[in-house]
Amino acid sequence: MKKARTRAAAPKVTRGEVEELLFHEAALLDAWKLDEWLALLTEDARYEVPSNDRPDADPGGTLFTIADDIGRIRARIARLKDKNAHAEFPRSRTRRLISNVRVLGRNASELRVEANFVVYRFRRDESVREYVGRYRYVLRAGRGGLRIARRQAVLDAMELGSMGLVSFIL
Amino acid sequence: MNDRPLVLNEAASFRVNRATMVDPEILELERRRVFDVCWIYVGHESEVRTPGDFRTRTVCGRPVIFCRDSANAVRVFLNTCRHRGAMVCREAEGNAKIHTCFYHGWSYDRDGRLDGVPGEKDYPQSFRKADYGLMEPPRVESYRGFVFLNFDPKAVPLPEYLAGAKEYIDLVIDQSPSGQMEVIQGTQDYDIRANWKLLVENSFDDYHLLTTHSTWLDYLKNAGVKMQRPDREHLLPSHGVGKPLGNGHATTDNVNFRGRPVAKWIPVYGDAAKPEIERIRADLVARLGEARAARVADTNRNLIIFPNLLLADGSSVTIRTFYPIAPDRMRVRAIALGPKEETPSARAIRLDAFLTFYGPGGFATPDDVEALEMVQAGISATYREVPWSVMSRGMAKPGDQLNSDELHLRTFWLQWDKLMRTEPRAAQ
Repeated sequence: MKKARTRAAAPKVTRGEVEELLFHEAALLDAWKLDEWLALLTEDARYEVPSNDRPDADPGGTLFTIADDIGRIRARIARLKDKNAHAEFPRSRTRRLISNVRVLGRNASELRVEANFVVYRFRRDESVREYVGRYRYVLRAGRGGLRIARRQAVLDAMELGSMGLVSFIL
Repeated sequence: MNDRPLVLNEAASFRVNRATMVDPEILELERRRVFDVCWIYVGHESEVRTPGDFRTRTVCGRPVIFCRDSANAVRVFLNTCRHRGAMVCREAEGNAKIHTCFYHGWSYDRDGRLDGVPGEKDYPQSFRKADYGLMEPPRVESYRGFVFLNFDPKAVPLPEYLAGAKEYIDLVIDQSPSGQMEVIQGTQDYDIRANWKLLVENSFDDYHLLTTHSTWLDYLKNAGVKMQRPDREHLLPSHGVGKPLGNGHATTDNVNFRGRPVAKWIPVYGDAAKPEIERIRADLVARLGEARAARVADTNRNLIIFPNLLLADGSSVTIRTFYPIAPDRMRVRAIALGPKEETPSARAIRLDAFLTFYGPGGFATPDDVEALEMVQAGISATYREVPWSVMSRGMAKPGDQLNSDELHLRTFWLQWDKLMRTEPRAAQ
């Protein structure tokens, strides 16, 4: 990550640098380093999980599972750090596998990126819950390096079903 | 069943036997004695708008096609081919003139009539297509857009069944100038590893708010929402009651402190949303008068329509219905409801407010789910040694039964117990 901290220009960002950011993000989330994860986001970042039956919709007119602006993301993190966030106490253990990273478009300051994910979630003595899907990112290049302006986790399952909750950061 | 009391209702003690949450025989009996004789929610008329529109879903354990027929009437068909039984319609939603069973090619029109039978001439002369339309539940009726079915042909009409719940449905409908609420697209379908009746209790139990949802209350406080310190009589920041409505239905009815997209602004919505909420409020007053507008906007109500439908008119409007798939597991389907004529900006505020509390990624529902799963985990293996749960709050108390008391929960359980002791008509 050291390299990406220097000024980045979107036209020159390589897929390797994008992957480094995404893998770093996954490691932070799996380690529940939530404040460090917040630092990867822009001041106007959004985090969204669409409803399973409307994966391509807009949150203004469609019920999502999660549709956070940066204020709500910060409130979500504050909640998750409180042990009274019962759904995540004790915390789940997660392990994220990120692959098929593609840069699908770019302009002077931003990159549009997609990646596949599998997130394994372990709770107490329960059997594993598997969250499979793809991320849609908008990454912004600037003085602080590459940062995440938009992060949408789109699940492939027809319904949440046995996954149950999205009570952690997916 | 009769020699084994499951609900003990005494002068100052109300107890529920935990076997009701665990025993597979009780679940099987519930399917016949509760679900098959009650009006069960299917969907909302706005989900199928024009002839041929359909949605497939599971209602009361049965696969059904919920649709509009050629005369624009809402219909419900059992989704099983009259020939050999395959599910005819395999898509989640769409519009179709004909539903064809792919197995042998029998096809049905949108009125459910058997339309085509490949090689029809090889059936005996007595074979008549008119005898083999898609089957329908014995009864399908709707109230103000909410469609229900009943597997008991002799059931009382839906409006009679809904009893006092009608007044509370009307309060939801009054949010729309034209009296038309619509389902907003996007469905939250998720499982909870707990008995379905635990979600009935939880859905309108305000006793758990302070402890289960402290992080949500902190979120509101940090955003600047003002909450009164409860006085000696109250556990919660505002006054609210629990109220039986007949036939096992019950509701909470609370003075609102948590904001309402119709039409009570709180800082969580952001300053930009303030003029829009004020405009909705002014329209509401102009249309309904000051008193009724305040009734609609300044109270929030969680209404349970017996046995498995919640209309939560709180931080937003959500319809939640749930069905047992095992004694310790239920499937939940939740959607959002909004006025048909809502502006895009008001709709966005409504959906944003929804997600502050409700749903599998909300700031409150996940902790409810955790509570229910912890109850199930706690009782599943111990219900013989620790057989009774206590539900006596508010009993023998003068004055209002509060939302943090348990009268409304007892109302559900008494109806459940009555039905569980009643032989279904067909078996008599």
